[in-house]
Amino acid sequence: MSAPAVVQVAPEAQQLARPSRVGRAGFALGLAIVGVILLAALVGNALIPQDPFAQDLNNRLQPPFWMEGAQPAHLFGTDQLGRDYLARLVYGARISLLIGTLTVITSGLIGITLGVLGGFFGGRVDDVVLFAITTRLSIPVVLVALAVVGLMGSSFSLVVATLGLLLWDRFAVVARATTMQVRTLDYVNAAWCAGASTAHILLREILPNIASHLAVVATLEMALAILLEAALSFLGLGVPPPLPSWGLMIAEGKDYMFFSPWVIMIPGIALVLLVLAINLVGDGLRNILATGQR
Amino acid sequence: MSLLEIEDLAVTFGGRTAAVRGVSLGVEPGETHCLVGESGCGKSVTALAVMGLLAPGAARRATRLRFAGNDLLTLSDRGMARLRGNTMSMIFQEPVTSLNPAFTVGSQMAEVMTRHKRVSRSAALERAVELMGRVGITAPELRLGQFPHQLSGGLRQRVMIAMALMCDPQLLVADEPTTALDVTVQAQILRLLASLKRDFGLAILLITHDLGIVARVADRVSVMYAGEVVERAATADLFAAPQHPYTRGLLSCVPVPGKVQRDRPLGSIPGVVPTIAPGFAGCAFRSRCAHAEATCAHEISRRSAGAGHDYLCRLAPRESALQPA
Amino acid sequence: MNAAIEVAKLRREFVLRAGLFEARRRVIAVDDVSFTVPVGSVLGIVGESGCGKSTLARLILGLLAPTAGSATVAGKRLSDLDRKARARLIQPVFQDPFASLNPRRRIRDIVALPLVAQGTFARADVARRVARVLERVGLSSEMAERMPAELSGGQRQRVAIARALVLEPRIVICDEPTSALDVSVQAQILNLLGDLRRDLNLTYIFISHNLAVVEHLASEVAVMYLGRIVERRETDALFREPRHPYTQALLASVLTPEPGRGVPDVGLGDALPDPANIPAGCRFHPRCRIAVAQCRSVPPTPVVADGGGMVECHLA
Repeated sequence: MSAPAVVQVAPEAQQLARPSRVGRAGFALGLAIVGVILLAALVGNALIPQDPFAQDLNNRLQPPFWMEGAQPAHLFGTDQLGRDYLARLVYGARISLLIGTLTVITSGLIGITLGVLGGFFGGRVDDVVLFAITTRLSIPVVLVALAVVGLMGSSFSLVVATLGLLLWDRFAVVARATTMQVRTLDYVNAAWCAGASTAHILLREILPNIASHLAVVATLEMALAILLEAALSFLGLGVPPPLPSWGLMIAEGKDYMFFSPWVIMIPGIALVLLVLAINLVGDGLRNILATGQR
Repeated sequence: MSLLEIEDLAVTFGGRTAAVRGVSLGVEPGETHCLVGESGCGKSVTALAVMGLLAPGAARRATRLRFAGNDLLTLSDRGMARLRGNTMSMIFQEPVTSLNPAFTVGSQMAEVMTRHKRVSRSAALERAVELMGRVGITAPELRLGQFPHQLSGGLRQRVMIAMALMCDPQLLVADEPTTALDVTVQAQILRLLASLKRDFGLAILLITHDLGIVARVADRVSVMYAGEVVERAATADLFAAPQHPYTRGLLSCVPVPGKVQRDRPLGSIPGVVPTIAPGFAGCAFRSRCAHAEATCAHEISRRSAGAGHDYLCRLAPRESALQPA
Repeated sequence: MNAAIEVAKLRREFVLRAGLFEARRRVIAVDDVSFTVPVGSVLGIVGESGCGKSTLARLILGLLAPTAGSATVAGKRLSDLDRKARARLIQPVFQDPFASLNPRRRIRDIVALPLVAQGTFARADVARRVARVLERVGLSSEMAERMPAELSGGQRQRVAIARALVLEPRIVICDEPTSALDVSVQAQILNLLGDLRRDLNLTYIFISHNLAVVEHLASEVAVMYLGRIVERRETDALFREPRHPYTQALLASVLTPEPGRGVPDVGLGDALPDPANIPAGCRFHPRCRIAVAQCRSVPPTPVVADGGGMVECHLA
């Protein structure tokens, strides 16, 4: 992975390149979709009267509103246990976003700390950090996640902890590379000569100047965490039922794929949309950085 | 007919910044023409505009832009590509980033020739060795297989010059070619360029901010400020009788070793270079000029101070050279 | 003589980690450098790339630890001091105005950093000192609220100077402070540095590759080559009558704005200085036009020149 360029360009030298229209549209679209999903996750279940966990076996597999025979009470139909689909979907959004956020926070803390320390101090410290990164990169993430959850049983916090402890490598690599670039800049030297403490230099001089690159990594890692969690839940080794993780909903829907296709399609599309939107936001952020931090 | 004719060249970025506003100059065959100015004056952009290397998003306009009989304004991208590296070459300031680090010196140099002339790769490599020797690179056969990072800055710059000469160009555009080099290496590179001019009749458009280089190397000079050529003259005339207040200010700022007076402050030009938006009228230097008047806000006409010497200012020509600071 | 700073036999080696099959190479970036700078004067250090002048600056500033030797200010060895004490004595002004200010902080925070780092100044006191020093370097007080990106190169360099002066140090190390600036702005900054030195009785160590600038500001000049000082003389004497062949070549290669004189042949030959491969004997002999047999095998020792300077050459 190439290190992003952190060194500043003198204003006179910038040739005023701007992101293309398509790029900017993508960024805006991504933000919009994430915004909608976030809103749904936050207030959705408060607005929708149906309980996502209430089973009603008389009303199994009711079709959604765009198909015949839909019931007005269940806009998106019901699943195989009669639970309202829309309520489950919205609850699932909360789960996905929560897992994504918590994982990114955990892995971010681990990865950024390691990367900044290794990049700043160099020498032995950097050797240790590089060894840790290399070791982590040689571990197959999905297998380990499966093994951990398989051994210790599935639970929400276990999934977050596992993914958080496994997905920090990109943070570490980017943090290390950008720290190494920024460390050579004269304002860091000036802070050193001014008598600033090491903590100040790391937190107030270096970190703010690499934060934008880390934000890009954070969005991408979030998308990855959400996908991984969905995959784990699909295999039955993620968030335990009855929590309506989208991955679990996809797994439950696969038995009814040919007769009630919406059961598997809706969460699938929702997952694709969310991950795509997060990636668009990440790409947009990277474009903004590359064209000169506007 | 001039080798390179530029008349009223204008380059605008994103519709908001007028980097070049009406530059006109000509380079004769075998002549060294210096384009001198400080950062932001538009000299590099002028060079890129001539070579057709501007980034997308830059708008280029000119009344005339001709090189060796070709109309560069209407030439297609392919046509320009046939000229670049062939009859007109460019060398850049940073030797670190101008050579592709992934390929050997030899292959990069040979590629220039095999692209433009119908020669075999081995013939191109032979010419590369010959030219490297010509520009003073020791052990040229050895260099063919070396990568750019194995060479020092001065050597890389010589490689760039040799590369630019592979196809016997008529014009060499050099954008601050020695700024990143040590002063002793700079002298060697400039001597080399002078000898090339002598032996091959190479015309050089040399862009620099260093008035010392201008004085020692140039036949003619164009002084640029905020996107315009504010004064044009033969070198001796420019230094003997500089007319435009910016030129005079610039000359008084440059400390000359051996003539330095330690107890007196260096001459300086107060203020900063303005950024010009399209539609700006009048003299761009007026905010920093001691002789500015109300009329300077309107269009200034070009005045003549003798044969081949003109400048853009309301003041009448002065005979005197600069007084010692 | 009242010495602001005494540097004694300062030395810094780097070990280059080579590939699997190459032996590790030692680079001696600074080789037994010694000098003394009197209070209130300016020592100019000139030399080309690879000569070690930047490494020397970093050694004195404490950014690098010396392999051997010491620098002493006001009777105290700098290596014995912690960073805060050192900051009160020596401050830097760096070359690149675009890289020497943190782009994410306001000007007032940047200039206040040395004061805040000391931890002993009250907030009101900090604000007052910052305002005063900004005024001294010619910046208006409303600049304090701006971000570096809004300032020009010359203004940023003024901020860097303000930051260097806010703790009222004795010595300021200027590492090519005007090399990245336009000529017209360069003169403004040099004039400012000269005025500040006189008003505040500062001592400068001024590193530059521009000989004319050094001649304007410095009282004494040291010429460095491949890690050693090969000539150190009082400025006028050095420029009038350089003794070391390298100094002569350097002076000869400066292009003064005098038309019609062409480009001089400096006569240095093609061999390039490589700090990892320092020649035996006099390190300059491969490029020296007057080298004799002795120069190839015996390193020269410093010879005291007229007026208290020194030259390191067998033939000077």
